Amino acid sequence: MSESLGPNSAEQVIEAVQWAVSGNASFEVLGSGSKRPYGRPCQASQALDLSALSGIGLYEPEELVMGAAAATPLSEIEAALAEHSQQLAFEPMNLSALYGGGGGAGTIGGVIACNLSGPRRPHAGAARDHLLGFQAVSGRGEVFKSGGRVVKNVTGFDLSKLITGSFGTLGVLTEITFKVLPAPQKLRTVLVIGAGDGAAIQAMNKALQSACEVSGAAHLPAAVAAGCGVDRVSRAGGAVTAIRVEGPAPSVDARCRTLRGLLEEFGEMGQLSSGDSMALWRQVRDAVFFAGDGQSQVWRLSVPPAAGAETAAEILDAIDGRVYYDWGGGLLWLAMAPLADAGYKAVRGALKASGGHATLVRASDEVRASVPVLQPQPAALAALTARIKDAFDPKGVLNPGRMYEGL
Amino acid sequence: MRMPEPDAGVISRRSEIIAALGAIVAGEGVIFDDDELGAYECDGLTAYRQLPLLVVLPETTEQVSRILDFCHLNGVKVVPRGAGTSLSGGALPLADAVTLGLSKFNRIIEVDFGNRAVVAQPGVTNLAITAAVADKGFYYAPDPSSQIACSIGGNVAENAGGVHCLKYGLTTNNLLGLEMVLINGEVIRLGGKHLDGGGYDLLGLITGSEGLLAVITEVTVRILKEPQTARAVLLGFSSNQAAGDCVAAVIGSGIIPAAMEMMDKPAIHAAEDFIHAGYPLDVEALLIVELDGPEAEVTYLIERIEAIAGDVGALGVRVSWDENERQKFWAGRKAAFPAIGRITPDYYCMDGTIPRHRLPEVLNRTAEMSDRYGLRLANVFHAGDGNLHPLILYDANVPGELEKAEDFGADILRLCVEVGGVLTGEHGVGVEKRDLMGEMFSEDDMKQQQRVKCAFDPDGLLNPGKVYPTLHRCVELGRLHVSRGQLRFPDIPRF
Repeated sequence: MSESLGPNSAEQVIEAVQWAVSGNASFEVLGSGSKRPYGRPCQASQALDLSALSGIGLYEPEELVMGAAAATPLSEIEAALAEHSQQLAFEPMNLSALYGGGGGAGTIGGVIACNLSGPRRPHAGAARDHLLGFQAVSGRGEVFKSGGRVVKNVTGFDLSKLITGSFGTLGVLTEITFKVLPAPQKLRTVLVIGAGDGAAIQAMNKALQSACEVSGAAHLPAAVAAGCGVDRVSRAGGAVTAIRVEGPAPSVDARCRTLRGLLEEFGEMGQLSSGDSMALWRQVRDAVFFAGDGQSQVWRLSVPPAAGAETAAEILDAIDGRVYYDWGGGLLWLAMAPLADAGYKAVRGALKASGGHATLVRASDEVRASVPVLQPQPAALAALTARIKDAFDPKGVLNPGRMYEGL
Repeated sequence: MRMPEPDAGVISRRSEIIAALGAIVAGEGVIFDDDELGAYECDGLTAYRQLPLLVVLPETTEQVSRILDFCHLNGVKVVPRGAGTSLSGGALPLADAVTLGLSKFNRIIEVDFGNRAVVAQPGVTNLAITAAVADKGFYYAPDPSSQIACSIGGNVAENAGGVHCLKYGLTTNNLLGLEMVLINGEVIRLGGKHLDGGGYDLLGLITGSEGLLAVITEVTVRILKEPQTARAVLLGFSSNQAAGDCVAAVIGSGIIPAAMEMMDKPAIHAAEDFIHAGYPLDVEALLIVELDGPEAEVTYLIERIEAIAGDVGALGVRVSWDENERQKFWAGRKAAFPAIGRITPDYYCMDGTIPRHRLPEVLNRTAEMSDRYGLRLANVFHAGDGNLHPLILYDANVPGELEKAEDFGADILRLCVEVGGVLTGEHGVGVEKRDLMGEMFSEDDMKQQQRVKCAFDPDGLLNPGKVYPTLHRCVELGRLHVSRGQLRFPDIPRF
């Protein structure tokens, strides 16, 4: 890459993109660069470094709304929210453990661009459900906005959804407005020790089907649980199924009691206090169990929750690897010894029966350039995807190749 | 309301189109008799009426695909229609367009408790989804007031809300997957029973796209377990300001109720006279706050809300005694529109959303407008998320009053945008707010949205004349205006 441009304002972003459009250059769009290994390696001629576009411009705790420049560090946002006992309810993942950079959680723009959501996803929604509005510069070099700062808004197409998870291929985000929510007063985790994967899925389903408003349901098979940083989990002596309950104190206590009654048939029961709970769910969120030496390849699969255990079993029949489950069985994390094709046939083949999609989260640049990192699309959908890309970025100047080869 | 000029060529080919579509849908699938077409001449926005060219009622995805393919090849416009309950004219017919009704897509395809999902055809009503899972104690959360009649496909097209979306989200937050047909007849499936499908979030884009992008032929939604307990609290206030302060204080204290609704004095009186819900009549504003969850949580939160209400000077607090009384509290609110309908020949319902803290100011200014226009106003709204429903009372039989009501409504929406809000929170733009889009969006913003439309429907055949005030040709929208041949910006730091 020849050089890096570091615009200081949205106007300078416009100029830079217009220059790229006319000069046949292309940009790798970067906030802090913490998620560069996520997605396909970008084939751009230069970097567009947005780190100067930083700062919280709007925060009204009673309105549950915050607005920030795209490259505002997530750590700054989370610290500001914590002062008012608020949070980003979708629990953005921090990939730094997996990628070994120690570079922090990145920027709010990166979180939105990748639609990264943690264990609370099934209960509270994804990043895409919390973006209220944005301003961006399209690959045409034109500024455009969508949405607003209010929660209920159906005025015009919901481009906030489209831009979230688009890996910076449709527009360069400059301003982002999002919903924030109260942090829970109390937090507990109910544990079931020793359940097999299939039984654990049933247990989690039972918990999620109850009226207990479970905000996290994960299952760590014995080998994964043993590597957990929370003693109560690593020394459990078997698999650990974890059910998170949050909210007002009297409610949390009542729901934990109900859940213990519901789940005792599945194994020995335990419970984590607030501090241990936070540590455990952070590790579940960030796939810390698979950080290791940085060598193994890591997949993230989204599947119908009831099919989680069978999907995992089918994959592990073909590949030597380890899995754990989040989202009540709907999210599988898989780590495996490196293969030239990352075992993608076995991984994606296992999705055929029940549906779902698989993302190759960690592998070398060479592997990620040759194996489709995101789930390949059927022809009609791929063609529609290409037409949408063309509607925003006809010359392909923004993050070329970041999602799909040739897009 | 100015609609696109009807294409005389298409109208002259009407019998040919009837024959072609009749060959696709057997039996009584094509309606072309004027008397029968009358049932389709408007949707919930009854001020605008137009007979469609014809109506086609397919029963299978394949038929929808063949119909759209035919219309695409023959340059015939298509207006998709669910149950026809849109309040913004989203399903308003066009003289030269086929109205494609999904009413025969009325089956629940699958109830899947293991994955907490229901797969339904788009013509199934919102309430029928809950009815299909209620025996196991589940329900579908979004609850628009028209839920007994409105279809789930229409809910997706409009991103329908309801009183409980404060806690449980809108349609978009409860949708897992769908099947849709593009204007060229291609069938595309998005999502499923898993979350976050990967690739561009077309599921999110389609939701709320008001029938401009594709025709929805199947929907997968998530279902939730009914909360253990739900109780509603009535809080009366001596001013709108005090009620607004209470809303801010509740949210500011970290409580997100299941619903938080507000009514002003005219709305309270109309509803009470109609339903006898037990509302206090000596107050200026009323809040209905619903708490749900485990018994212990509801009891605890009600105590806190009573304390907060006391601090901001509530005149009276009443907690629903049992499920019967809770339903009664809601019956008044849910019947507020028809209740207003009893005291005025016609009313016009607006749907702007504002930042909550601007509520008292907006109410004061709309009251001034009401005096200026000489038209009465009643306010019912989703206070928790700032979504207003001002109802303008008028009489269509008085010459000029409809136009006056429309101007008044437009002023209210301009005010919503001025204070940082939006034109529509849940009813959609349709034809009703189409010409106000420029209040919120720049020409470039709207052009970018229309380029998205071009990616789906390059000939602009799906629901034209809705949402966007100016129709641009896709070729024109796609043109790139590049003026700079070199790096002009000496100031951009490089490294």
